[in-house]
Amino acid sequence: MSNHEGQKPVRKEMSRRQFLSYTLGGTTAFMAGGVALPMIRFAVDPLLQKKEESAFIKVTEEAKITNDPVEYKFKIHQVDGWYESEAELVAWISKDANGNIFALSPVCKHLGCTIGWNTENSDQYVCPCHGAHYTRDGKNLSVAPNPLDEYEVKLDGGFIYLGPIKPNTRV
Amino acid sequence: MFKAVYNWIDERLDVAPLWRDVADHEVPEHVNPAHHFSAFVYCFGGLTFFITVIQILSGMFLTMYFVPDINNAYASVDYLQHKVAFGGIVRGMHHWGASLVIVMMFLHTLRVFFTGSYKAPREMNWVVGMLIFFVMLGLGFTGYLLPWDNKAYYATKVGMQIAESVPYIGVYLKELMQGGTIVGAQTLTRFFAIHVFFLPGALLALLAGHFFMIRKQGISGPL
Repeated sequence: MSNHEGQKPVRKEMSRRQFLSYTLGGTTAFMAGGVALPMIRFAVDPLLQKKEESAFIKVTEEAKITNDPVEYKFKIHQVDGWYESEAELVAWISKDANGNIFALSPVCKHLGCTIGWNTENSDQYVCPCHGAHYTRDGKNLSVAPNPLDEYEVKLDGGFIYLGPIKPNTRV
Repeated sequence: MFKAVYNWIDERLDVAPLWRDVADHEVPEHVNPAHHFSAFVYCFGGLTFFITVIQILSGMFLTMYFVPDINNAYASVDYLQHKVAFGGIVRGMHHWGASLVIVMMFLHTLRVFFTGSYKAPREMNWVVGMLIFFVMLGLGFTGYLLPWDNKAYYATKVGMQIAESVPYIGVYLKELMQGGTIVGAQTLTRFFAIHVFFLPGALLALLAGHFFMIRKQGISGPL
């Protein structure tokens, strides 16, 4: 105690100038944030909106499916902002050797054209745009970098229901 | 008449130094095509700006008819192109000018590169020029979607796939740009807003910086 006699206690205190600049800076940041944040949240809203689980749509009867792929069209309810519509989707549905039913997306994995089955009598999916070829499992043989996408398939009461698109699981 | 009006204003506001500051400066001999014809390469920057002004003006007029809505965008473009007097001209100015801006900007960049004008002390102006280049590409990309025809739609789809291929953030980037999970109504309004307000705002700010630095540092010397 006595050691410190004669020394003035040093108080670490902020200068008036520094206090003012912190206060003004903080207020400015708060006000700028109040202006910017609503606009940023407004702009990114589509990212944060809850995605609707795409429902499974009844497409056709199970009994109709053969080993040869056939094109089936079905409609999904599509919400695009303030527009709602029925968008038509296409699936190529067939059975494999074990009797498993699978449905392929017709969107070519090269540049997104629409493929067709057996258009060259080669038992392959063929894309008319740049000549991509796929096997009946959707395996990419030429041009395309990836196999055709698949729809999720659900079987219920003798009917086929198709759900969201997923990467090919067969090759 | 004009002189009298000018004098009346100048007496009150002393505007002469203002416009002299902007307009009254010497063009060095080595950049003047009247002295050396080959100096026309120094005109590309000015030409880029000239076409940019045309783009802004013609674009302002196009918005008198254009509607950024998926049901009406194509019809409104079709209408202004075919039914409105000089519609083909005004939209043609905007359409062809868009390509010409890129060409002129590219030539300007080449000139700056081959005359070494990007070197100290002008490095910052090169960087600002590059930012202008990216803003221009953004304007081209967003403007391409607006007529909402097949070409526009699929070009944007491809563009979105490119954005999606960015590592890690690609999926979110795509959704943010699209304003949803598909290229649709919200993509069109978003691209319209970006094309007409956001990017032109950024462009004007960058151009101001570009020109300020030219005046401050002067045109680079002869080779």
